[in-house]
Amino acid sequence: GLFVWHLKNTGIRQIPCQFVHLCHVANNRLITFQYFNFLKRMYVTQYNKDLSQRAKPKSDSVASPFRELQQFDQEKKVIHKIRPISPVHQPLSETSSRNELREMKSAAETEDSVTPVRAESKDDRQWKEMKLRLDDLPGILARLSKIKLTALVVSTASAGFAMAPVPFDLTCFLLASLGTGLASCAANSINQFFEVPFDSNMNRTKNRPLVRGQISPLLAVCFAASCGVPGIALLTLGVNPLTGALGAFNIFLYTCCYTPMKRMSIANTWVGAVVGAIPPIMGWTAATGSLDAGALLLGGILYSWQFPHFNALSWGLREDYSRGGYCMMSVTHPGLCRRVALRHCLALIGLSAVAPVLDITTWTFPIVSLPINLYISYLGFQFYRDADRSSSRKLFFCSLWHLPMLLLVMFTCKKSFLEKEDKGDLLGGNHGRAMEITLP
Amino acid sequence: PPAHSRSDWIGPPDKHSNLRPVIFYVPPEESPLERRLREARQEAQACDQRFWARHNCTFRQEKEEFIYSRLKAKGVEMRDETGQKATLNAEEMADFYKDFLSKNFRKHMQYNRDWYKRNFTITFLMGQVALVRALRWLRWKKKNV
Repeated sequence: GLFVWHLKNTGIRQIPCQFVHLCHVANNRLITFQYFNFLKRMYVTQYNKDLSQRAKPKSDSVASPFRELQQFDQEKKVIHKIRPISPVHQPLSETSSRNELREMKSAAETEDSVTPVRAESKDDRQWKEMKLRLDDLPGILARLSKIKLTALVVSTASAGFAMAPVPFDLTCFLLASLGTGLASCAANSINQFFEVPFDSNMNRTKNRPLVRGQISPLLAVCFAASCGVPGIALLTLGVNPLTGALGAFNIFLYTCCYTPMKRMSIANTWVGAVVGAIPPIMGWTAATGSLDAGALLLGGILYSWQFPHFNALSWGLREDYSRGGYCMMSVTHPGLCRRVALRHCLALIGLSAVAPVLDITTWTFPIVSLPINLYISYLGFQFYRDADRSSSRKLFFCSLWHLPMLLLVMFTCKKSFLEKEDKGDLLGGNHGRAMEITLP
Repeated sequence: PPAHSRSDWIGPPDKHSNLRPVIFYVPPEESPLERRLREARQEAQACDQRFWARHNCTFRQEKEEFIYSRLKAKGVEMRDETGQKATLNAEEMADFYKDFLSKNFRKHMQYNRDWYKRNFTITFLMGQVALVRALRWLRWKKKNV
């Protein structure tokens, strides 16, 4: 079915792919298709759920973006809701790239929807013994490490790996994914460790394990160390030192720069965008061992994407941010917030056009991706002009499907490795452009 | 929490500060190190509670005042015919949020520094206590074997 769908897809777009290439593509996709299918469904469904919740007029911006899905049956229930929605949501990319560490902070986390909150609040009103129960531990650690966001981060890294112009190496891929996942768990745990009183005061985050006292801060730190150290070691020794270094740097950037900066300056958004851009770069360096222009381009696309995504989301959270003391553009510099979002939507168009120049994709990529890039830019412009809740929501929801689609299209337009080998002899000049930091 | 319990108990979020209060268990054979830890945690809890309760109340109050003054400027009553409180929409509130955030920036900076310091100290003490307990347990095991 997957293969047939792909053929249909290419039929519409008339990409002249070789049969071999198609098989290769299908194989890669099979590995991650099911998993990301599931994740994307979950992600999209929670968003739609939130959409219906926020239809209430007078509610006091209890706008809660998404956090982890806590109840599986909740997801199942909601999945039925989105089926009637147009097949636009259907093209699932193996990347489901809402994985950035940042976006988890704000968006990627699905919110505690109304029903589980009601069930929990009864629970909440009781006094609980602060004793760690072993059977609760997996669930607690999953929430501590923001496991769903971690999964999305790993998907982004996989996208970077898949786009690298080298033959696919399964072992390397798995090691890189595992290492990235562990690093992400560590970073998320430390983030929660730093933010306990602030999380208690924001609706979106008040049910985190440390806030609820389900785990001690010491244990959280030990868990982070026991994920981070093996994760980075795995990347450094099992993949290559460059990827390990990037992973360590990203953890540092997220925990020691982004997290404190959230309360100090609006520049945190830019730092967070870098944090989100690094996983695909890590995937690429894991595959090729060098930091090429292609890696930077992929990182650049994810970097630019963060802004419409996060700025649109934060527009609805202004009250909580203001009270919690978070310095976000949407609160302090609303005009800048909207300008930046629009600017980066347009940048995505530009970056997509650079991809074929760098020999990562064929020229069909900027052409095919133009409609979705134009659409998000249009929504970005509406957000810029109207600056209201509905335009911010529209932009945010668009960003959710825009990125996976973009990465999917990018992957289908990927320049075949075989083609490149031939071209390489003729266009030796292209390689000169790449910033090669090759390792022995 | 029940009298026989040997662990700490955590309660529901406080109405004003949104923080969850913890009742600490004082073991009869508490070592000086453990006492230091407990006292540090109690002090931290008190500080946090004071800060957030005051901060949140200030926020609520200033928000009310803002809404009231804006509504008055618009010539609208605080409550309409059905008795519902009149509110401003998000765009109008945005000015207030921006203002409130910048007014309290210094306060937050100070609190952040204190919070990080306290958090690290407490976690470090927890580490020390855990280490001492582990060593003690190992020694006891060796003695019994």
